[in-house]
Amino acid sequence: MIAQLSIATGFLLILIGLYGALIQRNILRMIVAFTVADTGVNIVIVAVGFMAGRTAPILDAAVPVADAAARIIDPLPQALVLTAIVIGLGTTALMLAYAFKLYEKRRTLDIDKFTDLRG
Amino acid sequence: MVKRFLALLLLAGLGGIFASLLAGYIPDAELNLTARYYADHAAGDLGAANIVTAIIVTYRGLDTLGEVTVLFLAASIVGLVLTHRQKHDPRPGQPARTRAPVGELLTTGTRFLVPLILLLGVYVFMNGHLTPGGGFQGGAIIASGILLLLLADPLKHFSHGLISAVESLAGLFYILLGLVGLVLAGGFLDNRILPAGELGALISAGAIPLIYSLIGLKVGAEFSSMLASLSETEEL
Amino acid sequence: MNILMTAMTGLLCLAMLGSAWVAVTGKGSGQRVSIAILASGLVSLFASVLFLILAAPDVAMTEAAIGSGLTTFLFFFVLSRVRAGRQDGS
Repeated sequence: MIAQLSIATGFLLILIGLYGALIQRNILRMIVAFTVADTGVNIVIVAVGFMAGRTAPILDAAVPVADAAARIIDPLPQALVLTAIVIGLGTTALMLAYAFKLYEKRRTLDIDKFTDLRG
Repeated sequence: MVKRFLALLLLAGLGGIFASLLAGYIPDAELNLTARYYADHAAGDLGAANIVTAIIVTYRGLDTLGEVTVLFLAASIVGLVLTHRQKHDPRPGQPARTRAPVGELLTTGTRFLVPLILLLGVYVFMNGHLTPGGGFQGGAIIASGILLLLLADPLKHFSHGLISAVESLAGLFYILLGLVGLVLAGGFLDNRILPAGELGALISAGAIPLIYSLIGLKVGAEFSSMLASLSETEEL
Repeated sequence: MNILMTAMTGLLCLAMLGSAWVAVTGKGSGQRVSIAILASGLVSLFASVLFLILAAPDVAMTEAAIGSGLTTFLFFFVLSRVRAGRQDGS
């Protein structure tokens, strides 16, 4: 049940984030929306690997090596999401740097004012 | 208005796909084949108690190398984009940048907290193979220590030379360790160039603590350089 | 125990969706960008608690340190620069 709830929340976060990125006209707000969608994707991936009644993939006294396969959840989605979060910060920093650069040139963050490529 | 309608239409379609995915979701009762292999072999072969760390550093080490490279590219592009303008912005007659002092609390707090934060970061990435945490988290903690320094003294110019020296040396040793694994053990970034040791001890799991510490230094330096170049942009 | 856990997860998800709505649409924040940035940091913080419930402590740590810590500060650095320019009257 927890897994289904989390997956549903992740999907809704993706939808909310995309809605914001499509609707907003302020570039900073669009970047905020993208980070919300990013969080949603990460939640979905981690939740798919979750199994009720099992523990985290760390072996210690409570989870002996012998029956680890019956006690832990899938570690692979967690490793992937760890990577995705770090890369997410990198892309956010890039977007922010370009937003700053655009503001410096035009003194505005309104996406409708950037009409150079309009044929 | 048309734009909003089109956006909602797109989102409705996407929402339908997501709903059908959710309706067809059946939770696994058993681990799949790959996960079972990792669960059975991570402790015995590699000696790492934290299986996520074993996957990141050894089983999928090449992916992590690629990821760190992407992060390095992002940090250098941020630096390139943001520092370009300082050459042609003399603004004559204006004194050097000044700002109101940040206050005694922040200054004293920084002096007290930054060594502790750096220590916590090092602890987190040294223990990555035993407890939750590792190079990426430890690197982020180190970068938040640097962030505190930036907040306490906004006019201070960080030595970009030092940051990039730490970054490149960590990257160099990371790749060298990987190549040593190619010669002495089973392949690139194999951690069994050092003895696996006892499961749960600090010095165990072969080269994993070493490699993860290098990743931690590299990631911390990259985040710090991003933060420093964003904070060194002059006010418009 | 199980029902309690599910109920808590449900509340957490609702709080997360609410702050995501504030972050994205700016409703209830007086259209201020700083509130939107803080709300997206809040989404990340709730997400890190959710990762802990989903038995992923590694991911929870990363999300708390990077998603809700450093990202929020990056946004505020840029926001402060942009705002300083707006006060110049340009």
